[in-house]
Amino acid sequence: MCTVCGCGEGEPKIEGIEGQAQPHAHSAIRGQHHHHHDHAHPHDHDHGHDHHHHEHTHDYGQGAARAHAPGLSQSRMVQIEQDILGKNNQYAAHNRQHFAQHAILALNLVSSPGSGKTTLLTETLTRLQGKLPMAVVEGDQQTSNDADRIRATGVPALQINTGKGCHLDAHMVGHALASLPIDDGGILFIENVGNLVCPAAFDLGEAHKVAILSVTEGEDKPIKYPDMFHAADLMILNKIDLLPYLKFDVEKCEEYARRVNPDIQILRVSATSGEGMDDWIDWLQQQRP
Amino acid sequence: MHEMSLCEGVLQVLEDEAKRQNFQRVKTVWLEIGSMSGVEVEAMRFCFDAVIRHTLADGAKLEIIEVPAEAWCLNCAQTVTVKQRYDACPNCGSYQLQVTRGDEMRIKELEVE
Repeated sequence: MCTVCGCGEGEPKIEGIEGQAQPHAHSAIRGQHHHHHDHAHPHDHDHGHDHHHHEHTHDYGQGAARAHAPGLSQSRMVQIEQDILGKNNQYAAHNRQHFAQHAILALNLVSSPGSGKTTLLTETLTRLQGKLPMAVVEGDQQTSNDADRIRATGVPALQINTGKGCHLDAHMVGHALASLPIDDGGILFIENVGNLVCPAAFDLGEAHKVAILSVTEGEDKPIKYPDMFHAADLMILNKIDLLPYLKFDVEKCEEYARRVNPDIQILRVSATSGEGMDDWIDWLQQQRP
Repeated sequence: MHEMSLCEGVLQVLEDEAKRQNFQRVKTVWLEIGSMSGVEVEAMRFCFDAVIRHTLADGAKLEIIEVPAEAWCLNCAQTVTVKQRYDACPNCGSYQLQVTRGDEMRIKELEVE
């Protein structure tokens, strides 16, 4: 079963990785499937299952108390104290180390679908093109449309299709790094799956999460989806050129965002008209290591 | 949110620990879930039962310890109990709160054999 989506046959795939249509590509990318474990450790499983599924009391000597009396339970307590997302966090730490070694600024862009993330990104890339190295990881459930739009700017992009999955995880990003070239000192933009819920919990190793909210959405989104706005360091209020046509209370929206995250920075931007783009570019330059 | 993938994460820890701490079966799993962790406890139970089937934790019991959220109010300079991220301080009404507890998503302990 896929750890991303819980499906039996979801197909997360990373562009350019061979055999992605095969069932095993799923496990090659995820690396976390049951069957992956089965393959890697066939012996452990064979022994464990054979003994235990049928006759529990045959396994003497495993219990802490060495209780050999027939029928006596071999149960013991094991302290774990581990984060459920511990594995993802390990991969994230690895990615973070990689970014630090290469002085790369990695940003995790999160938003609802349709907030104008990709347009903002293509506009940003166009403005910074030739000034510094950049690369883009695009996360979507299906299609490589977004990566195609990015590549049209001349910046290398890699599409990750999460299949039925609702977010990118650190392992997928680590895998993408292996095939996406980016020079030292550059910026890696990771455009997450359009979703204001799940990506909040998954650290990808980024320096900052940037939440993009367009003014065509509700101004109360920050309190409707507090986890995401709490996790973000910057909120971009996008499509502000449309404000004259909408009943969107900018002040209210920003107040809501500060309620869930008193430290959040906010920029008002229109990727289409160019308003606020300079502030955004300045912000990016300031964050570079 | 993504309780199915969280349960898969739990199972992965169980499998790793089984090798490290030398046990074959898991009978009970205790999880600590903070009220601000974004985890829906009922969905977690549902997914857990589905995920553990035919694994070393087949039929295991899931015990969830719910951890209430706390925050530090900068204004009152004290710890207060909150329910949601956008809650105001119950004493002074300020939103200058730093959540200090309630994000937990931890596997606390296991009963194994």
